[in-house]
Amino acid sequence: MTSDPNDRDDRGQQQRGLSRRGFLTTMGTGVLTATAASQLGAQPPAGPAVVAADERTKVALSINGRLYEVLVEPRWSLAYVLREVLQLTGTKIGCDRGECGACTVLLDGAPRYACLTLAVEAQGAEIVTIEGLMAGEDLGPVQQAFVEKDAFQCGYCTSGQIMAAEGLLRATGDPDVEQIRHGMSGNLCRCGAYPHIVQAVQRAAELPRAGGAS
Amino acid sequence: MTTHPEAEYHLRGIELPEPEISTNLEPWGETTIVGQARPRVDGYERVSGTAVYPADITMPGMLYGALLGCPHPHAVVTGVDVVRAQAMPGVRAVLSAFTPPDRATQPHLEAIRTQLFDPHCRFEGEAVAAVAADTPYQAQDALRAIDVQYDVRPFLADERKALEPDAPLVHDDGNRVAAPQVYERGDVTRGFAEADVVLEEEYRTECEIHTPMEPHGCVARWDGDRLTLWESTQGVYNVQMQVAAALGMPFSMVRVVGHYMGGGFGAKLQAGKYSVVAAILAKMTAKPVKIVLTREETYLSVGNRPPVNMRLKVGVKRDGTITAMQLWGSGASGAQPAGGASSVDFVIRDLYTCPNVRTELQDLYMNAGPARPFRAPGHPQGAWALEQMMDALANAIGMDPVAFRVRNVPTVSQARGNQPYTTTGLRRCLEEGAAAFGWDKARAEIARSDRQGTIRRGVGVAAGMWAAGGGGPPSTVVVKFFADGSVNLNMGASDIGTGTKTVMAMVVAEELGVDPDAVEIEHADTGSTQFATASGGSKTVPTESPTVRAAAVEVKRQLLEIAAEELKVEADTLALRDGNVVSTADPAVSRPLTGLQGLRRRRNLIGVGHRGPNPEGKAVNPFAAQFCEVEVDTATGEVKVLRFLAAHDSGRVMNRLTYQNQVFGGITMGIGLGLTEARILDVDQTGKMVNRNWHDYKLPTMLDVPADMTCLPIDPQDKECNATGAKGIGEPATIPTAPAVANAICHATGVRMTATPISPLALVQALAQTKEG
Repeated sequence: MTSDPNDRDDRGQQQRGLSRRGFLTTMGTGVLTATAASQLGAQPPAGPAVVAADERTKVALSINGRLYEVLVEPRWSLAYVLREVLQLTGTKIGCDRGECGACTVLLDGAPRYACLTLAVEAQGAEIVTIEGLMAGEDLGPVQQAFVEKDAFQCGYCTSGQIMAAEGLLRATGDPDVEQIRHGMSGNLCRCGAYPHIVQAVQRAAELPRAGGAS
Repeated sequence: MTTHPEAEYHLRGIELPEPEISTNLEPWGETTIVGQARPRVDGYERVSGTAVYPADITMPGMLYGALLGCPHPHAVVTGVDVVRAQAMPGVRAVLSAFTPPDRATQPHLEAIRTQLFDPHCRFEGEAVAAVAADTPYQAQDALRAIDVQYDVRPFLADERKALEPDAPLVHDDGNRVAAPQVYERGDVTRGFAEADVVLEEEYRTECEIHTPMEPHGCVARWDGDRLTLWESTQGVYNVQMQVAAALGMPFSMVRVVGHYMGGGFGAKLQAGKYSVVAAILAKMTAKPVKIVLTREETYLSVGNRPPVNMRLKVGVKRDGTITAMQLWGSGASGAQPAGGASSVDFVIRDLYTCPNVRTELQDLYMNAGPARPFRAPGHPQGAWALEQMMDALANAIGMDPVAFRVRNVPTVSQARGNQPYTTTGLRRCLEEGAAAFGWDKARAEIARSDRQGTIRRGVGVAAGMWAAGGGGPPSTVVVKFFADGSVNLNMGASDIGTGTKTVMAMVVAEELGVDPDAVEIEHADTGSTQFATASGGSKTVPTESPTVRAAAVEVKRQLLEIAAEELKVEADTLALRDGNVVSTADPAVSRPLTGLQGLRRRRNLIGVGHRGPNPEGKAVNPFAAQFCEVEVDTATGEVKVLRFLAAHDSGRVMNRLTYQNQVFGGITMGIGLGLTEARILDVDQTGKMVNRNWHDYKLPTMLDVPADMTCLPIDPQDKECNATGAKGIGEPATIPTAPAVANAICHATGVRMTATPISPLALVQALAQTKEG
């Protein structure tokens, strides 16, 4: 499908994921690919046959260090597969259209909205969800810092906030307040726990980073 | 006890006392656990992803339901063809007003009782059909295959035109929900005549949408004739009663569970149509059904803070005495009676001393989703007008805005027959808040600064109070104390993210001398927990904490009685500390609770607490004053909020950490009202909402609020309001925020922005007009 791991772009993590060509391939399954893809000048890459939107295909997803083989429809989002198929419900869905960040997971170490990532597209990537930050039953450092600083209220955006913070800290070990504010600005919190979230990210940066699947 | 003696063989020789109801508890003095900054008792669950929210539930065989919304703001459904949808893969059931038999009614609407799918749709998004399918994708496919015929009617998408002669009618009997509500005291005509300065101004606050992070939703499952709903709600008992009524069932046969929920802000106080639909679909298919609304649906159909229009006229003497206030206001209930203008005038009636007040409020219909309570209903709207007016008046008579407010702090509740408040910390909030903020220094510095370039700084203040926030009966709570010293707290209240569970565990721990983490909580389940009203109105802590305290005190009484007998001392010389009974007279006399024979033989003790009444003839209210500093770029109209200080009298601080979090959250939401949020309807062409998502409807992000926020609790040590001395904090925290920002912008630029939201475009246009004028 879209993300043959051997065909990965070398420009680094930020470029991971949906290429323009891949987007046309997945979104255009069915009618569009057959009739219009050649006119758009974007031939589907060689590989498995095109699968209809509601026809299931097998994918292998590496999640929190385990490989899951699941039958998915090509249109299923990674968020849907995580939550409703694999019951990894720590990942939340707030908008299902890439606006709130509640579904943030790490793909190869970088925060990604799982609702805007197709499950088929996540093949070959190392996916880490909130469950993957745990070491057994012990909280990871970012989770621990969120409890200490009371960096949440209802808790529904919290998994996404924590994954965004985890991604930020992996990229920037000791971010200043402005870096935190920018790094976390893709995650909405309607309860308005933002000032405590800033404190929690600062606190997490002080805690030893060990344990958990990463 | 009246059970058969033979059934009590295991209790022989053990006296079982009937629980006493403790309603007259002495107020606390110094506390040891209550008031601490304690992380939450359910923090682990909320950060580990193990907390199960209703949207997270999956069950064997579970189906996914979805609702089809009317695409028009006003239309009558004349036919629904579901044949194609029914034949689609995975589709198990389809439901509409035209698919018999459905005798269910709409939940919650007492005033207008209709069938569940009312063919007359008066707002965009009103559900007209529903499906259940194996996957949510198939359910959405099926919705698209349902063919609905509409008779499209003229619509009213701007409540300001509701009373024009040719305005389309939302309901046949006119666009007024009811006659105007009028409040009057004194004589405003005389009051205005006595004034040295009279100002009059029009204000408007736009419609805001709650959009909690977890969309509304539930899972419905039947066991025979019994229905269980796992519901994202602020009040399980509300949902139980309203769903039961809509389905024509006894309350007792509907169980509603709401352990975790992803935010409500008032939008989840009542049952939604989706819950009734989920129950019917589950019955039709004999399978559990989950319905989670789409984000778009949450913008259209499950409530809003209604748009409000206000004209406020206030007279003042040169010495700062307010002589008269008059308010004309209207607000949009939406398509159903839902309190469009209610409580808008409360701050005008009660926040400042004024003998002559008249307010007149009109609720109006429009073809848009019905309003619902939204964090301090009416109050941020009223404060938007009043607190900007106070600023303008202070300026007009040459008084400092803080001093002018302090000059008019009331000692009694004028809106309620001059009842005294149990306590009011308003003056302290203003004075101590100003001192901590550095108000005078900041104003002096800004006055001295040279005004080169396009960047301007300003500071603003606003005060507020909340009409409720005192809580009250009914509520019942059970505390179970086990022989090993651990405790179970059973209460019906929801913890909607405010930290209710943690506060209540701290109350139990305070009385029983145990670790709050040793208190295990069962809550928010109509099947297994005691009755509580919905968590809303900033009344949960003042309602439940005295109830929990009463239950814990009852357990304590029993414990001390047992210990007194075994230690052969008087019970009133004993206290509970760190899991021990200790003598207050002789520190050497001490015994672990787990060593008490009476406790071990009885295995557990039960304390039942009931919420007693509030003090008669007194008003219980939280008060607040907030201060902020902003930076405005006059070239672009961009506003940067640099810092906020919030001084709040919400009585005793129960948990410093969650209290502060509430305050910061209230400020964040208030910044949304003032600067970023507005429902935009296509008023001329289609009447549809054009920004029904978080991309186009702007919630404040982390970049829109200052990292520099300070919470300054003011505790006037209220001995009268209730047995814990706590008043609510959730709503007062958002009431003064938006006008404080507007006042700071005015201080920075000289431009008064009377309509929300103060977008860069609106501000830069206003600045340009000032230059021209």
